[in-house]
Order: sequence, then structure tokens, then C-alpha cells
Amino acid sequence: MSKSILLTITPWPAVSVVILLVLLVAALYFARSTAHQAIHAACGALAHGLRLASHSVTHAQAHLVARNRAVLLAAGREAKERIVEREFARVGDTVRKDLAGYPEMHRRLSGAIVRIEEDQAKAVEVPPEAPGWAQAVSVVAKLDARNAGAEILADIHKSMVKAHGEAMRDYRKASAERHGLLRQMMPDWRLIQLTLGRVNKSVESVIERSLAIDRHMEDYETIVRGEDRAVSVLSSSSIVYFFIAALVLAVATAGAAINFTLIARPMAEMVGGTHFIGAFRTADIAALVIIMVEISMGLFLMESLRITRLFPVIGALTDKMRVRMIAITFVILLMMASVEAGLAYMREVLLQDELATNALLRSDSTGSMVNQHLWITTAAQMGMGFILPFALVFVAIPLETFVHSLRTVVGLMGIAILRTLALILRVLGNGARHFGVLAQSIYDLPLFMPLWLEARMATATRPAADVAGTREAEPWQEARS
Amino acid sequence: MKPRIVLLALTLATGACVPPGTHNTGVYLLVDTSGSYNRQMNKAEQIILYALSRLQPADSIAVARIDTASFTEKNIIAKTTFDDRPSTANQQRRAFATRVEKFVDQATPAPYTDITGGLLQAIEFLNEKQTARKEILIFSDMKEDLAKGYVRDIPLDFKGFDVVALNVTKLRSDNFDPRQYLARLEEWRVRVEKGGGHWRVINDLDRLDGLL
Repeated sequence: MSKSILLTITPWPAVSVVILLVLLVAALYFARSTAHQAIHAACGALAHGLRLASHSVTHAQAHLVARNRAVLLAAGREAKERIVEREFARVGDTVRKDLAGYPEMHRRLSGAIVRIEEDQAKAVEVPPEAPGWAQAVSVVAKLDARNAGAEILADIHKSMVKAHGEAMRDYRKASAERHGLLRQMMPDWRLIQLTLGRVNKSVESVIERSLAIDRHMEDYETIVRGEDRAVSVLSSSSIVYFFIAALVLAVATAGAAINFTLIARPMAEMVGGTHFIGAFRTADIAALVIIMVEISMGLFLMESLRITRLFPVIGALTDKMRVRMIAITFVILLMMASVEAGLAYMREVLLQDELATNALLRSDSTGSMVNQHLWITTAAQMGMGFILPFALVFVAIPLETFVHSLRTVVGLMGIAILRTLALILRVLGNGARHFGVLAQSIYDLPLFMPLWLEARMATATRPAADVAGTREAEPWQEARS
Repeated sequence: MKPRIVLLALTLATGACVPPGTHNTGVYLLVDTSGSYNRQMNKAEQIILYALSRLQPADSIAVARIDTASFTEKNIIAKTTFDDRPSTANQQRRAFATRVEKFVDQATPAPYTDITGGLLQAIEFLNEKQTARKEILIFSDMKEDLAKGYVRDIPLDFKGFDVVALNVTKLRSDNFDPRQYLARLEEWRVRVEKGGGHWRVINDLDRLDGLL
């Protein structure tokens, strides 16, 4: 309707359109400066706001990076302290064990050495007796044969043979004794060798441990100095730990689900099968609560054993109190495991009862038949019911890792999100600025005619020398504005 | 202050525990014993046992006979509400099955068929049980045949009820004119749906999966 009215301002619609266009262009031309200012102000404000937001997000990101770095370094420092502490404890154990045995070892070594010395002294070879007959024999030989020298020589020969035989016998006997003594020294030598070998092993172990401690201490120092390399290593380790812990927790959840299946049905016998809390059966909730209590007991047990450090209060307890806590939590776990084994048995009984009833209702004679090997599944269920609570105790270890690595991983994700957001805001801010320039150009597009005329008129009124400079300066000024 | 907190916690806990009635099912099974339909008793037993196997602890079931005058408690052959504990509920199922078996063996044909009276009795029973789901199963040919003096032209309130007609056999007259059979079923459907109920017909007893 309004369009048709506008077209009737003259009898000729085409002329009306031309007049309207001229009027519109004139209006746009006269409002050009104000419109440019408005576009510039709006787009500038938007760009400024987006830039500010980007700066703010970048600042938050930097803050988060610093916080994440601090968390990582603190976690890494704590972990390294634990490792070094454990290594020192091992070295201490080794040294204590060897030093405790040192007086005994020293006594045994000294005894062995004394025995060897004594045996060695006994085993000294006795020098052979000097020959006493040789000179006498030569004198007798020079005597005249008629003076019965031959008989004397024969006697001497006889005596010498006899003495030689005795000397040889004594010599052999002495040698046998010496060999016996040397043989006695063998166990002592072996003892010394064994003892020294053990000492060598202990020393090597201590050296290995000290090398490991050196390595850990180097890492610890880089962490304390807050070096980028340490942060990078800790960050990647944290992500790896996160995924491994998540995987193990998923496996543990599957175990808990099996445990739940084992006890949910018989729980209906205890708390009723038709009561509901919200949308869930009370029996199911009771079974879940039992599993949760078992996991909690497992956490306390691990904490009391100082395997995990989720609750500083438990870690700070006195050793006596901790031992009591270990005993109490273990007894509770044992009782709950026994209860679960009983419930698993009850489950099998109920299942058989239900199968028999359904078979009766279906008039199926095969359903009520008793399987002879049924005891295997019953025993397996009972075994699982007893073992699973103890297996779930070890959930505490991946849980601790998961909780600790979660902080870092969430921080890293937050950093990535903030970084992306800052980038998007910066791009949008720049886009808004360029959009302002584009909008001004688009505004000028229908005004090409008056603008051209304006430029021509300006050229005509100004001296020729200024024309070139003005023409060059105009687009630049416009762009700057 | 402390006792008040304990009291509040107890109130919340008891409030959160929903009573068993809100999730249970009530089933009322009407078995037609009139005339020639009495021969279908074995099929009726099959359906009753199937219903028994589908029911859970805290559910209610009743089996009643349709005869000349069905609006009476005397017609209820067996009724029970299953215990909360599954093992006791199993025992109750077995005992119920035994009673049903006994009834099937001793059932005698009735001269008339008062379906409306049986439905009234079913509505009364299930409303009294206040079950969350109410199912009326009618094992009949759905041909009502009232004795003289019985007034059954009364509106039935089936709000919240599922009415399932099972094994609706065709009569000899239906074979001559099938429109009679269709009209009979349509009449009952209109009557049930007018009363706010949901009507269904299951003739194939091998496909009772959708039932309960």
C-alpha cells in the first residue's frame, strides 16, 4: 500500500522512482558524516569490547597456567619426595641389615683368618735331616779290606737303607698332615669368599640406590627450580596417569557391578523387594550401599597402611592408632566379605527356587531337574562374593592417582578452552573493526555521484598545486578516520 | 536442636521410602464356566499359570468364576497378595497354582453368564487393593446371558483399568453371521472405553508376551 502511494507522487511511476532515489541519495549524502561516525563508533566500541574481553580471557588463561604449573610442581615435588624417601628407607634397610650383621661377620672372618694362620703355621715343611754317614763311609772305604772294612760298610749300608726308609716314611706322614691342614683351610677360604661376596653385593646395591637417589634428586632440583622441562615432563606424565587411572577405575567399576549383581537379589529378602526410594528399589540401594561401604573401608585400610595419602588426618595418626585402624577396617572388610559370600549363596538358592516355581507354572518337568554340577557355580559365586570386596580395596590406588591427575588435566583443558576463547574474541574484535570500514564503504557506494561531484568541485576551487596532494591525502584521511 | 535434626532426617527418610503399593500390579481373572465354554478350562489354567509366573512380590491376583450370579465374593476361587520377600512369594505362587488346578478339575458348567457382575466384582476388588496397575482378564466368549431378575444395565467405572478379553471363541451362531461376533466385541469395547478403561482382545494364546 505504502509503495503504491510513493509511486503516485507524480503521474509517472518511473519519474516518481527517480525523484525518490534522488531524494534518498541526497538524504544519505547529507547524513554521510553522521552515519560514518555512528558506524565507526559502534564498530569501534564492539571491537574494543571484544579486545578487552580477549585480554581478560588471556589474563585468566595466564593465571590458570600459573596455577596449573604450581599444582604440577607441587604434585611432582611431593611425588619425588616420596620416591627419594622410599629410596633412602631402602638404603637404610640395607645398611642397617648389613651393619647389624657386621660384628658377627667380623668375628667369623677373624676366626677364619686365625684358623688359616694356625693351619699355615702347622703346615710349614720340615727341612730334611742332614746326611751324617757320608764322611764316615768315605773314611771306612779308605781302610784296608783285610781290616773287615767291607763288613762295616755293609752294616753301614744296611743302617743307611733302614734310616732312609724311616726318613721317607716320616716325610710322607708329615706331607700328608700338611695336605690335611691345607684341606682344612678350604672351608675357611670359602667362608671368607662368601662373606666378602655378600658384602660386595650389599655395597653394589647401596651404590645403585645412591645413583637412583642422585637421579631423583636431580629431577627434584629441576622441579624446585621450576624449570620448563620439569613442568613439561610432569604435565605429560599427569595425562598418562589420568588415562591409566581412568581405565583401571573403569575395570573396578565393572567389578563393582558384578558384585552388585551378586547381592542385589538376596538383599530383596532382607529389606523387601518392593520398597522404593525415589525411582530405585530399596534392595538395590542397600546392595549399592554395602559395596560403597566396602570401598570406603578399603580406602581407610590403604590410608592406614600409608599406601595412599588421600586423608591427611589418617596419615598423621600415631602408629599405634594406625595399627588399630588397620585391624578394625580389616575385620569389617572380612565380615562384609563373609556376608557377601552368604548372600551369593542365598542368591543361588533363590534362583533355583524361582526356576523350580516357574517350571512348575509352565508344567515343565525338565526345569525342576537338579544339575549335579550346580555346586561349582554356587562355589564360584561365593568365592567371588568373598574376594571382590578385598579386590575393591585396591581401587584406592588408581582413585588417588585419578584425583591428583584430574586437577592437572582439568587445568590443561581449561587453559585450552580459554586460549581458544581468547583467539575467537580477538578475531571477532578485528572483524568488527574491519566490518566498520566495510560498512562505511558500502554506505558510500550509492553516493558515488554526489561524492564524485564534490571531488570535482573541490578540484575546481583549489589551486592546481594542491590538487594532487589533496587527492592523495583524501583516501588516507578517510581510512584513518 | 539435635533431636529436631534427627526427627527431620527420619521424616525425610520415611517420606522418601515409597510404599509398595505404588509400583505393584493387580490382576483379576474372570473364567467363564457357562455351558460349552466350560470345556476350555485347561486353556484358562494355562493363562492363570502364565499370569502367576509374570507377577512380582507385592502384586495381587484373584481368580473368579463367571456363572449365573457373578457379583459375589463366593465366586472368587483363589486370591492372594504376594509377600514382599521373593522366596515367600514363590511359595504363595505354588499354593495358588495348586488351588487353581483343583478348581479346574472340579469346575461345573453354569446355566447363565453374568459377565457384568464379574466385572463389577473385579473393579471392587482391585480398587480395594489400590494397586498401581489394574488388569482384568476375561476368559470368555463374551456372550452375556442373564437369568431373569438380574439387573446389570449399570455404568461401569473402568478408569485406570486394562480389560483384556482372552480366547473369545466364536459361537455356532457367529459362524452363520460373523457380524454378531464383531458386534459383541464392539459392544464390550465401547462399554469399557466409555467407562474410561483400555480394551484389548487376545485370541492367540501362544502369543501372551504382551500380557502383563
